[in-house]
Amino acid sequence: MNDIRIVDAKKITETVRDLCIKANLCLNDDVRQALFNASLSEENQTAKKVLNLLLENAKLAEVNQLPLCQDTGMVIVFVTIGENVHVTGNISAAINEGIRVGYRKGYFRNSVIDSPLSRNNTNDNTPAVIHYDFAPGDEIKITVMPKGFGSENMGNMKMLNPADGIAGAEEFIIETVKKAGANPCPPLIVGVGLGGTMEKAALLSKQALIRAVGSPNPDPVLNELEERFLRRINQLDIGPAGYGGLTTALAVQIVSYPTHIAGFPVAVNTACHALRHRTEII
Amino acid sequence: MEIMTPFLDETIKNLRAGDNILLSGFLYTGRDAAHKRLLELAENGKKPPFDYGGQAIYYTGPCPAPPGRVIGSAGPTTSGRMDSFSPRLIKEGLRVMVGKGARGEAVTNAIKEHQGLYLAALGGAGALLSLCITESEVIAFADLGTEAIYRLTVLKMPLIVAIDSEGRSIYK
Ligand code: SF4
Repeated sequence: MNDIRIVDAKKITETVRDLCIKANLCLNDDVRQALFNASLSEENQTAKKVLNLLLENAKLAEVNQLPLCQDTGMVIVFVTIGENVHVTGNISAAINEGIRVGYRKGYFRNSVIDSPLSRNNTNDNTPAVIHYDFAPGDEIKITVMPKGFGSENMGNMKMLNPADGIAGAEEFIIETVKKAGANPCPPLIVGVGLGGTMEKAALLSKQALIRAVGSPNPDPVLNELEERFLRRINQLDIGPAGYGGLTTALAVQIVSYPTHIAGFPVAVNTACHALRHRTEII
Repeated sequence: MEIMTPFLDETIKNLRAGDNILLSGFLYTGRDAAHKRLLELAENGKKPPFDYGGQAIYYTGPCPAPPGRVIGSAGPTTSGRMDSFSPRLIKEGLRVMVGKGARGEAVTNAIKEHQGLYLAALGGAGALLSLCITESEVIAFADLGTEAIYRLTVLKMPLIVAIDSEGRSIYK
């Protein structure tokens, strides 16, 4: 029998609080680098200017401790719990408390409402959407992703037929980005989930956003598809902020999973240039 | 080019889709929930909380003001969600809207008919835009929190003409 590591739920609250603050104030280096690279290669002058303003916004946010974007989002949390860890206390409650404290401390906007019907603001940006997973070991890995709804609203999913194949998936992905136009604040990071079931594909499309922008897909087949889709998306001439240009997306990131003989689920989660996620291991 | 509010007919007429402007003066905020109430007021023949004449409504739900600032991040939200309200408000006298993203045909037609203007602010640049705001005051619907109507005083806020008074748009 391995030793069981004990972690106080308070530690989870503190970690989530700090991750929320950092994610909202400080643009991740990979996205910053991708925006910078795009600003160099962009040929459209308006687009170039927009990309430079976005980099400027990231700098101003950090210096002035203002959120990158006023839509500080609904918080999605991915938690991977080591099999040899025991948490004292309620983990979900601890995560939500971390959000509550972080959003108050950071002067972030509360955007979460109690129900899609009654629509009363919960006034502390909770609850989060939490996804749990387990892994060997005695660590807890927490990823916090505040997601704005300008971009979240433009996501879509479809249950394709196997006969539609990857060509069908490709058309659906391109069409989703095209229809979204300027709404999700391009340049985008396009997360794609292939396979699984309906809800699994949607989840994969969100998890796909966590990979570092600009890093290759470890699967060479998916990597090639990502490059092809990105080339096509960047020919749509939506451009940064939708004002036209070569930079409609910074990356397409695909995750795939086994599926059923009768199905080909595909989900697209559009993330804006203010893609915010931060990870910490306890 | 630099523009001061209130918007004059002359100014509106001279602006073309794609023009970059620096706006100074007042902006009134309003998004989904406030629009619902503004529409109810209009339908009941009641006066709006501010005089629409020559004024602009800015689709934003700002972050709370950190200590030492007048407001937190305050970039635009997706304008399309206001499409079902805007034609009526334009009819009531609203001339200028500020947001992000394309508008529907009914809004474009109302802009053309009433010589209005739709300006785009840079989506996601909430920190940069916040620093153009020098004063902020809630003037109506305080119970809506971030969705209340604020009167913002802005100084040289960078905007782009997205739909001009002849209905030309920068969005394809
Ligand atoms: S889509 Fe992203 S950048 Fe645009 S307003 Fe929403 S959260 Fe901000």
